[in-house]
Amino acid sequence: MSSTMNRAPGTPVRFEASWKTILECAVVEVFQMMAGAHLQQVPSPPDEASGHHTAMVGMAGVLCGMITIRCGDDTASKLASCMLGGDAASNQSTIRDALGELCNMVAGNFKSKISTLADHCMLSVPTVISGEDYVLETAEPSEGFRVAFSLEDSLVWVSVVIHT
Amino acid sequence: MKKLKVLIVDDSAVMRKIVERALRQAGLEINEVLEASNGAEALVEVQKGSLDIILSDINMPVMDGLEFLRNLAKLDAGKGVPVVMITTEGSEARVVEALSVGAKGYIRKPFTPEQVKERVTPLIGSGK
Repeated sequence: MSSTMNRAPGTPVRFEASWKTILECAVVEVFQMMAGAHLQQVPSPPDEASGHHTAMVGMAGVLCGMITIRCGDDTASKLASCMLGGDAASNQSTIRDALGELCNMVAGNFKSKISTLADHCMLSVPTVISGEDYVLETAEPSEGFRVAFSLEDSLVWVSVVIHT
Repeated sequence: MKKLKVLIVDDSAVMRKIVERALRQAGLEINEVLEASNGAEALVEVQKGSLDIILSDINMPVMDGLEFLRNLAKLDAGKGVPVVMITTEGSEARVVEALSVGAKGYIRKPFTPEQVKERVTPLIGSGK
């Protein structure tokens, strides 16, 4: 994978606050199309994200950073069932992989909506953390944003962190 | 409509299942679904013969979708089997390259069953 990532040419792209709207659009689109899930943005979410599963996809090239999706076990199970059919939620590995694929598609959809990134920013394969007792540290300096969505009675957190 | 024998190529088992589900939800009649996790495995399946269509990812380990297409063109068993690429790539260059080496179309993730049907239906039986 590293050889693929190192191939991306071009001038570094600066982080833009306006990307938040683009991310929101990318997230809603992916969840709707792949899981039939209608996400609603939460205007005043809690300060801290929470949830048992965190999927991450790295970006490298003209922009370096990471996109994460975090949600609870029940939500991840429901999403996997919607994506794969009824019995998917019985297998933890399948639930994690389904969340990873959602994150991969959100990252791909996000970058494809930004013309300066589309051809010069590579994505890593998804990684999924299970558990809540962790701290995610990224190389400084960095900028980013986090958006919370409601899905039925649960929250889905999506964040972008860009190494500047 | 003829029942289809489909090969789905993706390094993610979950994504292979999602694609199969989308084909069935789109109302396509599926007789058999074969799976491969990279281009090299896919070539083995192709040589067994009688595929109606192949849906393949582009970015995969061992042998990616573009190399798979190049090798497929050299196989008698691969001649006339349409290949549709399914990709997360925002890169137009990779998609154009796939089309130039034999892909008959592409589907960008995320996708709906209807979009899969739109791309696949015109190609069924097109090469035989």
